[in-house]
Amino acid sequence: MLAAAAADSSLRLDASGVDYALIALYFVFVLGIGYMARRAISNSLDFFLSGRSLPAWITGIAFISANLGAIEIMGMSANGAQYGMPTVHYFWVGAIPAMLFLGVVMMPFYYGSKVRSVPEFMLRRFGPPAHLVNAISFAVAQILIAGINLFLLATIVNVMLGWPIPVSVVVAAVIVLSYITLGGLSAAIYNEVLQFFVIVAALLPLTLLALHRVGGWQGLSERISDPEQMTAWPGNELAGFDSSILSVIGIVFGLGFVLSFGYWTTNFVEVQRAMASKSMNASRRTPIIGAFPKMFVPFIVIIPGMIAAVIVPELRQGKADGTADYNNALLYLINDLLPTGMLGVAITGLLASFMAGMAANVSAFNTVFSYDIWQDYIVKDRPDGYYLGVGRIMTVVATVGAIGTAFIASQYSNLMDYLQQLFSFFNAPLFATFILGMFWKRMTPTAGWVGLVAGTATAVTVAFLSEDAFGSFSVGVLPLSGQGVSFVGAGAAFVVDILVSYFVTLATRPKPESQLVGLVYSLTPKESFHDPRDDRESWYQRPTLLAGIALAMVIVLNFMFG
Amino acid sequence: MSADKTSTGGREAGQRSGAFDVRIVIGVLLGIYGIVLVVTGLVDTSEAELAKSDGMNINLWAGAGMVVAALVFIVWARLRPLLIPVDYARDEPESGPPTH
Repeated sequence: MLAAAAADSSLRLDASGVDYALIALYFVFVLGIGYMARRAISNSLDFFLSGRSLPAWITGIAFISANLGAIEIMGMSANGAQYGMPTVHYFWVGAIPAMLFLGVVMMPFYYGSKVRSVPEFMLRRFGPPAHLVNAISFAVAQILIAGINLFLLATIVNVMLGWPIPVSVVVAAVIVLSYITLGGLSAAIYNEVLQFFVIVAALLPLTLLALHRVGGWQGLSERISDPEQMTAWPGNELAGFDSSILSVIGIVFGLGFVLSFGYWTTNFVEVQRAMASKSMNASRRTPIIGAFPKMFVPFIVIIPGMIAAVIVPELRQGKADGTADYNNALLYLINDLLPTGMLGVAITGLLASFMAGMAANVSAFNTVFSYDIWQDYIVKDRPDGYYLGVGRIMTVVATVGAIGTAFIASQYSNLMDYLQQLFSFFNAPLFATFILGMFWKRMTPTAGWVGLVAGTATAVTVAFLSEDAFGSFSVGVLPLSGQGVSFVGAGAAFVVDILVSYFVTLATRPKPESQLVGLVYSLTPKESFHDPRDDRESWYQRPTLLAGIALAMVIVLNFMFG
Repeated sequence: MSADKTSTGGREAGQRSGAFDVRIVIGVLLGIYGIVLVVTGLVDTSEAELAKSDGMNINLWAGAGMVVAALVFIVWARLRPLLIPVDYARDEPESGPPTH
């Protein structure tokens, strides 16, 4: 530790042979699964069939694992280091209620109306213009988020091998490209479940060790100078408001309602995990079962971040004088505490999640670009092989694009600020349009796309007028900073989207009701929500009961740590 | 309903899914990790390493934990093997209420 502190590039993971062997073993497993999946073409049906017959706990874990990426692990531990316990709102307010809402209210609708993806819903409900706007904004968001994953991956390469960040970014991009090409995606759901357990195996011992080091929860409380950081509410510092009341409103409405409902109920990747389930109730249970592990994830990401902020000399110093780079909080802690062996497991967990996360972004971009944009609007009616070729080229284009956006990500000292900003631009308006279109049959196709554009423009404007969301480009007219910008931006985008959609609807022509059956709540017969395959299920498998238990648990957690 | 199909076909499908059963994959990976960590924890007990992890032999303890978790996954997969339903409508009874 003395040596590490003396060196001027203070952070350097000293992995040895055993560590590298453990890392290599993981990738042998991942590539092995991909290889088996690909080789057994006649078996591939079995392979995916068995995937669909998996118990709901597996699809539930895949559901949250698709989200437990680099951003969540590094971002939430960084957030924990900076803001302390209020970070749990991203889980207990910002995720669980929305996941339960998805399972209880929206899933019957999604599953019953046979819409498979969000762009597909847009196309059928509002027609091509809304579909195109949605597809483009989704594609842009994926490239920006892929940049965050790539930047984090490059950070690992940097601290392991000591290469400069720009070189590491390019090397990491090449690694991810080959990972995608070698078929790492063919068995996505298996890798996600595997990855979840490797991450737990890495972070749980780290958390226990770190708690041991600071003398337990009590010891941590004594060493954190600001008592507000030890309780979740009211979270003024996180929201960036001086008033506690505004802070609670900002967290509940901005984060808890618009941002999180927007994210969890319209996100392509997550919703599709649930869509692939075997029956109506299984699809409803997927996000609900995912909620149970999800509510305990903060303990192994936020608490290590908080401990890092008090025991890592660089962060303690930086927190005192306001110069800390929190994004590396977890890496510092790993470096300071873990010996050879556990170090390898920890690096594996991080690498796995960054690569899988970026691979998922790139492939989602591919799909939407090749089929929803290129095939529908640019070059139509070519054989399927042509679009596969476009997809391959787009993989390279997306990776190069991510190298560019990685440098944008590197400008933020807390990546969560940046990520929430992106969600306020893209997800909040989408949620408004989506929910209005689902429940209001008169809403017109023109209102669909105009609302989306107006909502996104509003959130971007809020970020531009804030103090720091765009760095030096923000003009500082609005007294907002930190994650409060994205809470306010998301709220404003939501309200503007609703208002604009309302007034545009009054002035334009609605679609005939016959075309909206199965897409709008009031025009969809309730019987289509019933699935005869669920008749044999036990009482304890009822989604609403499970959701009630999850909700009760999360309320108890809020009181325990509030 | 699965009995309609020839039993060999059904069993083959079951075995195939056994190799792909994610619980086995998790179990084997965690098991190897656990054994490597336990061995590392037993062999490498230098003062420097122990001091780093605050006097706790974290490799040994975490390794033991992973071995236990691996056994749980493998035993579970053995006791409740995963069968591929031949008919989609017939769904596999789930393995009890979610544990967490």
